Amino acid sequence: MNFPILSVITFLPFAAGMFLLMLPAQRKNEARAVALAAAVADLLLSAWVYVQYLTQHMQGYQFVEKYTWLNIPPLNIALHFGVDGMSAPLVLLTGIVMFTGVLISWGDDNPKVMSGIQDRPREFFAFLFLLAGGVFGVFVSLDLFMLFFFYEIAVFPMYLLIVIWGWVKTREYAAMKLTLYLFIGSVVALVGALVMYWAQYQNTGALSFDMLLMERANFSATFQRIWFLPVFLGFAVLGGIWPFHNWSPDGHVAAPTAVSMFHAGVLMKLGAFAAIRVGVMLLPEGAKYWSGLIMAFSAIAVVYGAYIAFVQTDLKYMIGFSSVSHMGLVMLGVSTLNVTGLTGVGVQMVSHGVMTALMFAVTGMIYDRAHTRMIPELGGMAKVMPFAAVGFIISGLVSMGMPGFSGFIAEFPIFMGVWRVQWLVAAVASISIIITAAYIMLIIRKVFYAPMPENLQGQVGDITVLDKTAIVTLCLVMVGIGVFPSVITPMISSGVNYIMNILGGA
Amino acid sequence: MFTATAFASILPEILILTIGLIILVCEPFWKGEQKRNAGWLTAGGLFAAMLLSLLLARPSEPQVVLGGMLRFDWLGFFFKMLFMFAAAVTALMMMDYEKIGKRGESYLLLLVSLIGMNLMASSADLVMLYLSIETTSIPLYVLSGFLLDDDLSVEAGFKYFIYGAMSSAMMLYGFSLVFGFAGTTDLYAVAATLTSGAISPWIAFGVATLIIVGLGFKISIVPFHFWAPDVYHGAPTPISGFLSTASKAAGFAVVMRLFFVAFPEFSAAWATTLAALAAISMTVGNFLALPQTNIKRLLAYSSISHAGYTLIGVVAFSQFGAASVIFYLAVYILTNLLAFGIAAAFRRAGGGDELSDYSGMSRRSPLLGLLALTAFLSLSGMPPFGGFVAKVVIFAAGIQADYLWLVIVGIINSIIGLYYYLNVLKFVYLYRTPNQDEENNPIPLTQPYKIALVILAVGVILIGTVFAPFFNWSNVGALRLF
Repeated sequence: MNFPILSVITFLPFAAGMFLLMLPAQRKNEARAVALAAAVADLLLSAWVYVQYLTQHMQGYQFVEKYTWLNIPPLNIALHFGVDGMSAPLVLLTGIVMFTGVLISWGDDNPKVMSGIQDRPREFFAFLFLLAGGVFGVFVSLDLFMLFFFYEIAVFPMYLLIVIWGWVKTREYAAMKLTLYLFIGSVVALVGALVMYWAQYQNTGALSFDMLLMERANFSATFQRIWFLPVFLGFAVLGGIWPFHNWSPDGHVAAPTAVSMFHAGVLMKLGAFAAIRVGVMLLPEGAKYWSGLIMAFSAIAVVYGAYIAFVQTDLKYMIGFSSVSHMGLVMLGVSTLNVTGLTGVGVQMVSHGVMTALMFAVTGMIYDRAHTRMIPELGGMAKVMPFAAVGFIISGLVSMGMPGFSGFIAEFPIFMGVWRVQWLVAAVASISIIITAAYIMLIIRKVFYAPMPENLQGQVGDITVLDKTAIVTLCLVMVGIGVFPSVITPMISSGVNYIMNILGGA
Repeated sequence: MFTATAFASILPEILILTIGLIILVCEPFWKGEQKRNAGWLTAGGLFAAMLLSLLLARPSEPQVVLGGMLRFDWLGFFFKMLFMFAAAVTALMMMDYEKIGKRGESYLLLLVSLIGMNLMASSADLVMLYLSIETTSIPLYVLSGFLLDDDLSVEAGFKYFIYGAMSSAMMLYGFSLVFGFAGTTDLYAVAATLTSGAISPWIAFGVATLIIVGLGFKISIVPFHFWAPDVYHGAPTPISGFLSTASKAAGFAVVMRLFFVAFPEFSAAWATTLAALAAISMTVGNFLALPQTNIKRLLAYSSISHAGYTLIGVVAFSQFGAASVIFYLAVYILTNLLAFGIAAAFRRAGGGDELSDYSGMSRRSPLLGLLALTAFLSLSGMPPFGGFVAKVVIFAAGIQADYLWLVIVGIINSIIGLYYYLNVLKFVYLYRTPNQDEENNPIPLTQPYKIALVILAVGVILIGTVFAPFFNWSNVGALRLF
């Protein structure tokens, strides 16, 4: 028995969260230090898993752990963990976002700045870690029950994080909307999962929530066509699929910076990942049947999201809608059901996760110092915070899909994949690239290089060393993938091969 | 014929009675503050009694004892343990509650009611069943109206009494008809007569209707729920907690025994009726909970909807369904006691029962805030708390029995439920007191409350994460039912 690394990665945030809650409330700096230590540990462990997978394994599920959790007929639930080429990068992504999220939220006692989390950091980090633990759990779970278990753990801390530390004006509304949307999605998918459980029993006599078994359950084509939509869409709600994307920009705007990073960077990937893992991989026939609909939905999301982002004046709304657009690309790639498209999906999930996390981080830094996010009221930020400006520009380039950055590696295959299935959709969706370029350049010009408004002059200071560390970490990933695609694409391909086997065999 | 088995079968009740007698003897000698010790005695005694029963009085093969009055089986035993646990925790919560805490008779009434519940869970005979239901109810009527100078409490006691007397009369009439048709009061023999087809289905349907009125009152499902909000609201909060958990679970124990064992033949026909009742209870309970601004009324309506969810498992009419009901009830008892316990502790510390009084709670007492988080998220069915597993299990049982529509109703309702549970947490975590001086107004928690609430919260999290042993016990209980 090897070192149970995936369990450690998953349960470490829970343990750290519990520990944080037991600290005395006044010990703010100790709470921050504990949080950082846990985040660094998780980052290193998930990086180790990634590197091991990349250099040694490169196929199938690795680091598999399986402990029977409940085996009393008719229920059979196991703590079954494993990563493949699709999920290992996402585990690493979560590690990165967790690490940078803690750095960003560190808090600055300077009353002029008031960045990060000042109010009750102990509870903030505890809930954030609950969220992170849930996310890790979903990415590594191979048991359908456990997947749901962690999935819902990842949902409810969002409510608290937004409602307590969020933007005063919209937090109540946005937090409730977000939680209800996500909960509706997950319970709808849950019904589908329970139906699959009993259908599997009727087909093969196996009673188990093990997804590797369910892949071979021979669900009838009719069954798959009926249940694919509830399951896929139920999860895809969290992936921000049009027309169920509505909660997402509101949620981004209301959330505190680190939570926005988590939300756009990781949580939306959680939805897409679960939709692929459960929807596409367990019900492949249904996926083939409905792929046209999914493609239509996501093509609308791609163009519509970009256009709505273009007309926003609030920086966070703009990034929020650009996330809808970019996650639309992910779903578009899923709907192609071919190797090229799905490979693009894998890279895009990581690329967008890092990029959007960085964008939200910079937005948060600006807001903490300038106390406004309205684009017309901002200007000249490049002079006072050059580091943040460079970071934002890099993520902007990624967002536009410039070669040399991770966005290109991700979006190019997606469009290629779509072209093969339906060239018209690819043509229409590519309009979004132009709109994206337009609004990104607009922000960069106005927020960073236009003359600074008078009321901000002398008010805005530079960002802290911790903020800079976070920006460098995120930029390294984006440039790294862009320049050396071989650090990720072979891995994604191995994951895609597995999916293609299922799709071909069905 | 008083054998060792017969003795073992009522060992828990004997121990409970002993505790009651000790209190009765000692209480007059205690003065003032000392009378509070009756609470320690009750709680400690009940935990000891649970331990002793677990060690010495575990059932083996199901066996009918004491002249056919009781059935000594795992179903009854499991429920007995649940009730005793609930009563012990309730006793702790009563200790520092105004009026009832320093009165020996309130603990005695609690214990007598507990004996009734224990017997309800193991009755194998209609006469015994009726007696035990009355033994349970009468002390609870008194306890609900215990705060004599509080009009709400007196009203609660009266209302509970009148509704209770009325519905138990209907049920007794039903029992007498069963006896008339079947010629026996033995539950396990009734089944045999009924299955032989001697009675027309219409008459059977009528009889079952009478009985369901009485039981529907106990488990407070719609349309027999009208008493619940007023009684929970008016009764002393720890008693409301006890009413909404143990008393309801005792009702479900009887429902399972009656419909799974005594009337299996018309259970098939009744399933549709019960399914409709379940759907209505969930929906009505949840919708009426939405506009509530009083925490106790909110919990009352939520407990009506939870009775609806639980009925899904009964409707499933399978061994897995029965196991899911027991598991759900175990989770529900822990969770709802925790919720009422928080309300009681908060009120005792000078807070009110209105939701707006809960503003700033998490700042005034982070511990109480976290406990409220645990309770309300578990009620809404979120992991890692017990409510999630319980809901998945009960929905799984529903789907297995092809009641997909009922499960979908349940799913929709759990979404509605989430809304108002989160609403409570909004007060606890988001809103602040008008002066924003929460840090200077901590909420003092006394020792018994701390113990009771922490035990419950740990239980809720344990049952939600390490659910295997708990589900195993539920399953064993269900296994030997038939």
